[in-house]
Amino acid sequence: MDSLSEERGMDASRTLLAGAGRLPPPVRRIAPAGAPTIVEPPPGGNGHLPAGSLTPELKRLPRPDSPAIERMRTEALSIAYGEKLAVNGVSLEVRQGEVLALIGPSGCGKTTLLRSLNRLVDLTPTAVRGGRILLDGEDVDGFDVTHLRRRVGMLFQQPNPFPMSIFDNVAYGLRERGSRKPSRRLLEPAVTEALHRAGLFEEVKDNLEHPALALSGGQQQRLCIARSLAVRPEVLLLDEPCSALDPISTATIEETIVALRSEVAIVIVTHNLQQAQRVADHVAFMYLGDLIEYGEVEQVFSAPLAERTREYVGGGFG
Amino acid sequence: MSAHAQSRGPVGLIGRIRGAGGDSWSLGDKIGLASAWAAGILLCVIAAAIVIYMLYRGFQYLSLDLIFSHPEAGLDQSKSGGFFDPLQGTLALTVIATAIAAPVGVGIAVWLTEYGRPSWLARAVESGVEIVAGTPSIVLAIFGLLVFQQGFLSFLSYEATPGVAFGRSFVVAGIIMSLIALPLVVGASREALLSVPRHVREASYALGKDRISTIRRVLLPASRRGIGTGVALGMGRIVGDTAIVVVLLGATLRNEPQGGIPGLSFLQGTGSTLTTYVYNNSPVGEGGSPEKAYAAAFVLLLIVIGLNFVVDLITRGRGPSWTR
Repeated sequence: MDSLSEERGMDASRTLLAGAGRLPPPVRRIAPAGAPTIVEPPPGGNGHLPAGSLTPELKRLPRPDSPAIERMRTEALSIAYGEKLAVNGVSLEVRQGEVLALIGPSGCGKTTLLRSLNRLVDLTPTAVRGGRILLDGEDVDGFDVTHLRRRVGMLFQQPNPFPMSIFDNVAYGLRERGSRKPSRRLLEPAVTEALHRAGLFEEVKDNLEHPALALSGGQQQRLCIARSLAVRPEVLLLDEPCSALDPISTATIEETIVALRSEVAIVIVTHNLQQAQRVADHVAFMYLGDLIEYGEVEQVFSAPLAERTREYVGGGFG
Repeated sequence: MSAHAQSRGPVGLIGRIRGAGGDSWSLGDKIGLASAWAAGILLCVIAAAIVIYMLYRGFQYLSLDLIFSHPEAGLDQSKSGGFFDPLQGTLALTVIATAIAAPVGVGIAVWLTEYGRPSWLARAVESGVEIVAGTPSIVLAIFGLLVFQQGFLSFLSYEATPGVAFGRSFVVAGIIMSLIALPLVVGASREALLSVPRHVREASYALGKDRISTIRRVLLPASRRGIGTGVALGMGRIVGDTAIVVVLLGATLRNEPQGGIPGLSFLQGTGSTLTTYVYNNSPVGEGGSPEKAYAAAFVLLLIVIGLNFVVDLITRGRGPSWTR
């Protein structure tokens, strides 16, 4: 009995691999098309996540209009690790008032491009860079790197609070070098405000002295947003910020991103195309280091100009 | 089918070695498994025997009087005093050596993990640490004597004859003693630092912090557990070492302060520790007072078990954990 079903399973996977379905692949049997067996989200509320991931049409988060102001721009930016070219002559604009999503298959250079904007790529010994990166018209190479990174904040794929209290995490960027000054009393308003902007304050207001690593994954990531926002960056770089999080945390963070875009220019790298549709205003599609297509989110997803983009957003490869 | 799968588990193995259908096991495998079991049980028996025997002897001979009275010279064992001085010596030497080994060891670990450039120097430092770890403590002790008998280093001990340093003191023994704890501190700290994922460092850099503040405020706090473990293990080594005490501390009957400055004179003077006290009073030593040796050995064992307990406390529970 056992061996029989095992054999059938192997058979099914074989036909699946061959691409001709005598038996339907097992996935279909598990998730029947039609009504999903999950609870329907209340209409209009903040539960748009299952709908966004299950329906094919374009779902966007409600967003206030905000004027777009250019903050950063790359000009013919190329980055190589040793002999390997990761980013090839990319020119892009990053504007405050909108969210720019970088999409593309793994290894296409989108994360490298993102990390070059705050010169984090400089930490890799083999990395070399060509072209220019401008922040408000000034070449970032002319900045003191610590000063640049205060103006261009970053959020990582994995939540990474520091091993200290919630308060100290947010205050970390505000304090001088390694010291604990200025004092807690002076920093309190700024920390509270950053936690408010990251949508975390209500959840942690009574536990500011608790260790940050005791928070849940989604809360940790919002704490990391608050930590970045506390130093009042002008640009915020997000490197797949929700890939380690559950759908509810993801939805909360996406709302935060959209809400922040009027004050901070936001660039997000994401593998999740629905997420790009939900949060982005402009989308840049990269492939093998080249910028293939750049345009407004509706255009890139519904009427892509390049063949490669069409294949990627249609799920052809990646 | 399922019964077959179960018999592959460890419970199944024991069942088989007991003869329940051992047909599929070769004789060699059975003997191998049996000896592995025997070895494990033997180790437990030995450890239990040491602790139980020392407990028995300790309670038999140990008294507060022994702990708090100074050792006296004399053949009459009822008048030869206790081991207050050696106990004091063990504690003092441990504090001195740890105070040197901990900061230096953590510093080496930080340099290796966070800087490590030029790479040839990093490799040389790594081999250096390994060589120190592999050198017998008696060799380190003899080397220490050679160095610290130089006249210009007499401030670390005292001048026995004008122009010649005695080369034996708490400071000198502590310095060399720190070398045997150093590799443990370096190893544990390094491992702890390496276990902090790269993106945590980058998150600090991305907030405009430099490397120094990242190390001070993020990496060292995150590595506290590992550093604590290394230090406690190193202290265990220091408490248990005999050779360095014999050669570099003088292993005198009492702690003998040298020079006129209180406190400093203790550091410049000679003394002994529990290990040398046990050695001297054991049948192979000159004291010939096994009861006192047992009592002191019991106290020594308590200190070491206490340190192990501290290591346990430190490593228990979870440190900060991030996804890589």
